[in-house]
Amino acid sequence: MSLKDKLISSFFAFEEQVDVGSDIHTIRNKALKNFEQKGFPTRKDEAWKYTSLNSILKEDYSIFPKKESTIEYRDVKKYLIHDIDAYTIVFIDGIYSSHLSQTTHDKIDACLMSSALDKPKYKDIMEKYFNKIAPSDDSLNSLNTAFSREGAFIYILKNTVADKPIQVLNLSTGNEAALMLQPRNLIVVGENSHVQIIERHQSLTENPVFTNSVTEIFAEKRAMVDYYKIQNDNISASLIDNTYVEQKDESNCSVHTFSFGGKLTRNNLNFYQKGEHIDSTMKGVTIIEGKQHVDHNTLVHHAQPNCESHQDYKGIYDDKAVGVFNGKVYVEKEAQKINAYQSNNNILVSDKATINSKPQLEIFADDVQCSHGCTIGQLDEEALFYLKSRGIPAKEARALLMYAFANNVLESVKIPELKKRINKLIANKLNVNLGFDL
Amino acid sequence: MLKIKNLHASVEDKEILKGINLEINAGEVHAIMGPNGSGKSTLASVIAGKEEFEMTEGEIIMENEDISEMEVDERAHKGIFLSMQYPVEIPGVSVTNFMKTAINETRKAQGLEDMPAKEMLQKIREKSEMLEMDRKFLSRSLNEGFSGGEKKRNEIFQMAMMEPKLAILDETDSGLDIDALRVVSDGVNKLRTKDNAVLVITHYQRLLNYIVPDYVHVLLDGKIVKSGGKELAHKLEEQGYDWLKTEMKSV
Repeated sequence: MSLKDKLISSFFAFEEQVDVGSDIHTIRNKALKNFEQKGFPTRKDEAWKYTSLNSILKEDYSIFPKKESTIEYRDVKKYLIHDIDAYTIVFIDGIYSSHLSQTTHDKIDACLMSSALDKPKYKDIMEKYFNKIAPSDDSLNSLNTAFSREGAFIYILKNTVADKPIQVLNLSTGNEAALMLQPRNLIVVGENSHVQIIERHQSLTENPVFTNSVTEIFAEKRAMVDYYKIQNDNISASLIDNTYVEQKDESNCSVHTFSFGGKLTRNNLNFYQKGEHIDSTMKGVTIIEGKQHVDHNTLVHHAQPNCESHQDYKGIYDDKAVGVFNGKVYVEKEAQKINAYQSNNNILVSDKATINSKPQLEIFADDVQCSHGCTIGQLDEEALFYLKSRGIPAKEARALLMYAFANNVLESVKIPELKKRINKLIANKLNVNLGFDL
Repeated sequence: MLKIKNLHASVEDKEILKGINLEINAGEVHAIMGPNGSGKSTLASVIAGKEEFEMTEGEIIMENEDISEMEVDERAHKGIFLSMQYPVEIPGVSVTNFMKTAINETRKAQGLEDMPAKEMLQKIREKSEMLEMDRKFLSRSLNEGFSGGEKKRNEIFQMAMMEPKLAILDETDSGLDIDALRVVSDGVNKLRTKDNAVLVITHYQRLLNYIVPDYVHVLLDGKIVKSGGKELAHKLEEQGYDWLKTEMKSV
């Protein structure tokens, strides 16, 4: 049975147990129909031209894990930024782990999607926000919506600054031979409120894991949201991350994506600006090797005047690794005085590595500043000679240049401990131990 | 310290150095002068081990060891330092982190532990003060946005940090105004000991007023055609290189 068929047949057993008779239930059923009709995207779809899911879809995934698993904190501590005080929401094989989590309902809600779906007190919020920006015609979003059950629910009232960052960690144990996960996150940040969120997916064994995640983020007027995605999973794990951000007037949102691990990673990152004086930032560092594949598919939709968007993606590809950057900027006719910047710089370390970089600008306003730039190159030989002439061996010199290349993306990470951690991940990835803390 | 015997080197099959012989002993300052295109910078690069130059003949002996097959970084570990004519800009690596990495990698190669952080900072402070460098430079990206003079001063700062046995200064005076030239030269002179040596490569005699050479060699068309004391530099300054070319032809 194909994965699609298996999902469809699993759905009928699943839906009888959840929110029968509610609006959400109707949304689920519609979503499943859309997925049934469209199926998984293929390379015939323009947006999937350079990324094939075939190698992932052939596994026989469990859709629901058969047994609950427990994990000791000491075994997973390293996947958390544990040297800062933070709220943590941890899922093990898609199931919430109260043992490893520290949630809150004090001033802010940092808790579970399942409670938000079930509890009457969240009904209005869910009606207002659930599946409201994630496009209902997208098959992967539909698939996730049909099965939406668990994930992080973060709700911040107006005029509130979240007192500490929130970490969302999705662990998989390998208790199933192969596992499919579909976390669903909803983040609503009220007027004048601030929050920082760190998200990570981590499998603890080499058993295949396929995650199709959907995150909706709503930033109300003057809200500030900083979202960090650490994608450093095992080589047998694949991730499709669908993230949708809706911003109101004067809000400021950033998403940083650090992609070092995993077999296949696809980031569908979409920003919808619905107001004026909005600032949207998307940054990414990708460092991959072997046969790893990372695809960044971004969209900024400028609908109103006087807004900004910044995109800065850096990639380093070794061996036969494949990178894709497809960045779309859409400027509606009303959206005058827009500043939209997009840059995608890549280094190919080996002759067999590939990068497909495709900027797409669709501009219907006439008084805008949009720029895009893409570079693909190798490490500068003169710079390498310079470093080596100071006693730095070739391997370290290359690593130092690669680190330097990616550094400006790191500079905008606002949590110092997180920055340190990512530096360490980069040093590990480049297999170096330099004379200073990377 | 350094013995170069019958050195031939080419780039893309074009022979640039055509049989260089040169011996530099500890405690000495040598200057290599010559017109543009005579092979001065090539000689500096070949000693440092730059890959784009192919050494086709000869030997480069550093402290009784033939280094001609060694990697660039291994030569640096042996104590060779090249102050670049055109230092590369490297955005994203600060001067401080660059020096920490360079010093600790060199120490690692010599079987030493990393330099303690406190000692490193102390040394950085001391050497940057000696070269009258603005503290701000230390946290800036390496050479990025530096003026020509600042880049050269930064090169000598690196030399001060690395404490090489043989420092090769490739056109260090170009781009320097008179004050910077004095600071940089004072720096080089302060670093001189009886155990190290300096090879100054320059087009003009000006720098040699500050860093006074024991020997001056004239490079013409890939060969050293004349060697002498510091007075040779003055003669070249006054009369140019034509008389040497004539002299060569008559020989």
